[in-house]
Amino acid sequence: MQWLHAVPWDLLLIQTINGIVTGMILALVASGLTLIFGIMDVVNFAHGEFLMLGAYIAVLTIVATHNFWLALIIASLGTGLIGALVYVTTLRPLLGRDPLTTILATFGVSLVLQNYALWQFGPVARKIPEPFSGSITLFHLDYSLYRLMIAGLSAAIIGGFWLFLKFGTWGIWIRATTQDRIMAQAMGIPVPWVLAGVFAIGSAMAGASGVLFGPLVGVDHAMGFDWILRAFIVVVVGGMGSLGGSVLAAIFISLLEAYSSLWVSPAQAGIISFVVLILTLLFRPTGLFVATPK
Amino acid sequence: MTPNGGAADPLLQVEEIHTHYGKSHILHGVSLNVGRGEVVGLLGRNGVGKSTTLKAIAGIVHPSAGRVLFEGRSITNLPAHRLARLGIGYVPEDRRIFPLLTVTENLRTGLDRHGVTTARKKELLDKSYGYFPVLAERRNQFGGTLSGGEQQMLAIARAMMLEPKIILLDEPTEGLMPRMVSQIRDIIGVLHRDGVAVLLVEQNVPLTLDAGQRIYIIEKGVVRHHAPAADLRADDAPIHRYMGV
Repeated sequence: MQWLHAVPWDLLLIQTINGIVTGMILALVASGLTLIFGIMDVVNFAHGEFLMLGAYIAVLTIVATHNFWLALIIASLGTGLIGALVYVTTLRPLLGRDPLTTILATFGVSLVLQNYALWQFGPVARKIPEPFSGSITLFHLDYSLYRLMIAGLSAAIIGGFWLFLKFGTWGIWIRATTQDRIMAQAMGIPVPWVLAGVFAIGSAMAGASGVLFGPLVGVDHAMGFDWILRAFIVVVVGGMGSLGGSVLAAIFISLLEAYSSLWVSPAQAGIISFVVLILTLLFRPTGLFVATPK
Repeated sequence: MTPNGGAADPLLQVEEIHTHYGKSHILHGVSLNVGRGEVVGLLGRNGVGKSTTLKAIAGIVHPSAGRVLFEGRSITNLPAHRLARLGIGYVPEDRRIFPLLTVTENLRTGLDRHGVTTARKKELLDKSYGYFPVLAERRNQFGGTLSGGEQQMLAIARAMMLEPKIILLDEPTEGLMPRMVSQIRDIIGVLHRDGVAVLLVEQNVPLTLDAGQRIYIIEKGVVRHHAPAADLRADDAPIHRYMGV
């Protein structure tokens, strides 16, 4: 039992909270991605760029108004609108074709948006100030209240969205369209609008997560890329198209990474998520957090 | 009677439609019509284009030539969701219940429309639960957990939520036990009494002759024979000729 004394219990607690905070942000990014995949079989490589755009819109709004919360709202609405525009102009004409064409198209959109941001804002990272400072003391370590708030707010957005899917008319339309697009249309559901709406909602969720995470990292044109890679891992591990699965997988993977970074460097800890991805694809390709398919 | 005429006040007119699936030519100029509140049967062997005719009317398959008129207006290339709103209910052969929506949610896909008041929604739901008590019992169950017969009831009830002027029924009795078949027959009667037109595709000839007022027989993508159901009940030679039964 010698090793038990070697476990840093206080750090373990901090890392648990860290893991949950990052996990909730990751879940917010991944749920938009999984929703879009579930309803239109589109793997959206531009999803990370909506996160980046959200952060930049927030930077601009904060410069103009000095109000973080207003920036969060404007950035979410703005990325939602841009998402709908990208969907209508780029993806809608490609639906029903080989999935490769939509992958290439969204990859192209991602490059365009990244380079637009680089051209417009330059390579120097911008900063979103935290809306409030302050921290609580856990053991002898300070923990930022803002980080805790991000986790709470992400959970609230995902929870609100879940309620919307479960009870709202649009929620039923979205679920019906996901399950059988042709029959949904035959029931009078305006499927083209539902698809554009889902793309807008997914983009808005990515934009919101960019704003929330902005204060913790710098805002630059490439910030979406790190997230999108991890979000893809989460979507696959959670089961493609499953909202609940993505949330659980996001927390699971973030916790694993947080714990392992106690013993190895953060870069090495990043390997963990890829190991989980490979094991999932090998042994349970439908996803860890979905019911066993019959 | 003209070859394709019949209904004095046609609700639905299908004029010389052709359809293609990839390279294969399925419909070779099908024409038929359905009057307001009329029950019309569409008979024929497997694979002659009966289901495709219904899909073309519902807007799921778009005809390459010909046109479809509904209440005198061309609806040929309108998207399916617009047709549903105009009053065309579609019950496909494989039922296509939304498996992960509950029974009530399945019904709500047709019910949550613009301009339907809460009171009217409740009335429509209560009415269909009255016709199909088994659906009321299972209202919070997922559609995918229902038996084949219950799914058929749900598919018909779901189409009725649209308050349609016509319902397109594709082989509603296929694979059902006799008790369920007679329930389907009763529901067609209810629809007829409520003034809803029905275009019924069936393999079950006795049921179709009993429920329908007029019958079209289709072979190799064209209508070969058209007659009042009463005539075919008296003399079923055309049915033997085109369907080989």
